[in-house]
Amino acid sequence: MSFDLNFIGILVGAIMASSVPLILAASGELITERSGVLNLGVEGMMIIGAISGFALMVVTDNLFFAVVGSMLSGLIISLIFGLLTQSLLTNHVATGLALTIFGIGMSAMIGKNFVGIPGKEFPLLFVNLRESIPFLGPVFFGHSIILYFAFGLPFLTNYFLKKTKTGLIIRAVGDSPTSASNQGINVTLVRYSCILYGGAMCGLAGAYLSLIYTPQWIENMTGGRGWIALALVVFATWSPIKVLIGALIFGGITILQLHMQAVGLRIPVQLLSALPYIMTIIVLVVISRDSRKIKLNTPTSLGQIFYKEK
Amino acid sequence: MYKLFLRSLISVLFLLGFSLNANAEFKVGFVYVGPTGDHGWTYQHHEGRNAVEALGIKTTYVESVPEGADAERVIRQLAQSGHDLIFTTSFGYMDPTNKVAKDFPNVKFEHATGYKREHSNVSTYSARFYEGRTLLGHMAGKMTKTNTIGYIASFPIPEVIRGINAMTLAAQKVNPDIKTKIVWVFTWYDPGKESEAAQALIDQGADIIMQHTDSTAPVQVAEKAGVWSFGQASDMQRFAPKSILTSIIDDWAPYYVERAIAARDGTWKQQDTWHGLKEGMVAMAPYNSAMGSNLVKEVEQLQKDLASGKVHSFTGPIYDQKGNILVAEGAVADDGMLAGMNVYVKGVEGDIPQ
Repeated sequence: MSFDLNFIGILVGAIMASSVPLILAASGELITERSGVLNLGVEGMMIIGAISGFALMVVTDNLFFAVVGSMLSGLIISLIFGLLTQSLLTNHVATGLALTIFGIGMSAMIGKNFVGIPGKEFPLLFVNLRESIPFLGPVFFGHSIILYFAFGLPFLTNYFLKKTKTGLIIRAVGDSPTSASNQGINVTLVRYSCILYGGAMCGLAGAYLSLIYTPQWIENMTGGRGWIALALVVFATWSPIKVLIGALIFGGITILQLHMQAVGLRIPVQLLSALPYIMTIIVLVVISRDSRKIKLNTPTSLGQIFYKEK
Repeated sequence: MYKLFLRSLISVLFLLGFSLNANAEFKVGFVYVGPTGDHGWTYQHHEGRNAVEALGIKTTYVESVPEGADAERVIRQLAQSGHDLIFTTSFGYMDPTNKVAKDFPNVKFEHATGYKREHSNVSTYSARFYEGRTLLGHMAGKMTKTNTIGYIASFPIPEVIRGINAMTLAAQKVNPDIKTKIVWVFTWYDPGKESEAAQALIDQGADIIMQHTDSTAPVQVAEKAGVWSFGQASDMQRFAPKSILTSIIDDWAPYYVERAIAARDGTWKQQDTWHGLKEGMVAMAPYNSAMGSNLVKEVEQLQKDLASGKVHSFTGPIYDQKGNILVAEGAVADDGMLAGMNVYVKGVEGDIPQ
């Protein structure tokens, strides 16, 4: 493997780019889960975001509309989940799974007319700085605005949950909806908002794939990233910063193992392919050993249906 | 959009109606490993299905069926719902196909790229894609400046290894310094992963990208990075107009039509088909003029010679990685050896995942 500094910079930049969809989807899902709602429809919402973003890009030729539209469509799809689980009180797990299946099928149907259309160049920021500064240039510059947003998001989410009143309310609803309700909090409204927010972030994660990462529409293009985002939230014990770490490790090892193969290192390829999953779990389990903190972070009522006492 | 929805609704109702009076009409079923919109492997099988449908024969297809327990369920369901001929179009469907075939002796099965015909109602068919790989190797050897060819491989099965070897042998013939770098992605279809693999190979010095996976992502990465690439299974030229030198095209339509008619007319017999450039099951997309008219002429000649049998992709002497002789000087590898190929030839880097 070539080891000059600039090459490592390019590698780090590639790792950051590959972890963006995981960070976005997992940060959104984290808020949803902290309010006590388990939405297993992440993959479905992502793929809907991917096709809507791409379709809008083709139809309007405007990337801004495409990005906003993908978030809106993620939001609309999650609204279906909200209506079912919050208003009609259906089971979270079953509804979420159905949402994923629905999303994949629906996106394939909408996407029929968009297959084979090449994507549009998405503007990258600070491209000249990327070229002129060795190592740090390719790490920090020449990315899309969505990447910068994604890397700020876990910190914002952390601040929001820990330091703001709204964050406190969301955690209260997730921990004990009954007590929160007794305090005069509209549990259903809070959960609806969190579901919609999660949907919008998943939509954005999908749009990142279809507009920036692999700019095109192909059926099933999320390739299971929604499920990995879901697992990240749990293994990161509902801490936004750990979600960021987990996503980076996963993205990092995925890319590194491809490089190790290309170099011809004599390590069994199956082991290399399994490495991202193994390492992410190990690291997250090790850094989340503090059981007191886990208890503090885990939304106690996760996935339970809330019946308001009349 | 609305029309599309209506159309799918009508077709669903139609299918329902048909399954109610099963066995009434001759029907052909297809099982696909990817989505029909992959613009690669499955897309081409679907084109074959369209050709059968154009004869007025009823067909059904199920797409994105994972290779494993799910495959058996899908195949069984097709057999149960009155399909007379079922094409299972991926290597991993080999055992499920044979298992279901045992329970449905009156249904005919056609399995692509496999070698097991355990029951008299199972045929196998495949294309000599390696002939196409020989042409790619020739072009790659001539076009590379870094002498490094990047190869995105899916699963370590003879089919894939044969392609790697055929390509490497041809490239070595025109450029003895050639190195083949291989990345195994363990999927047929994951655009994100395929593009990451392509990028890793380019970062490691490859200026030619080749794939044995089904999405168009790798050629698009190559286009962006300004290196050469080759399309897989269908003509991917419009996804990377500057970068693609040619594509290997799988043309299943004539075979599917022939077998469907045979099954309908009762003349279907078990057989093992392995067609190549000669029969047209393997075809090449137009060559990119960027490689110069001399090279285009050379490759066209080589294509003719491969088709006529004058040149064979695996002509000795061929050595394995350790230097043991695999095919003696002047001899050519027989089909048995090709079908079971599980070693790299000399010049390929790394080990085959076991």
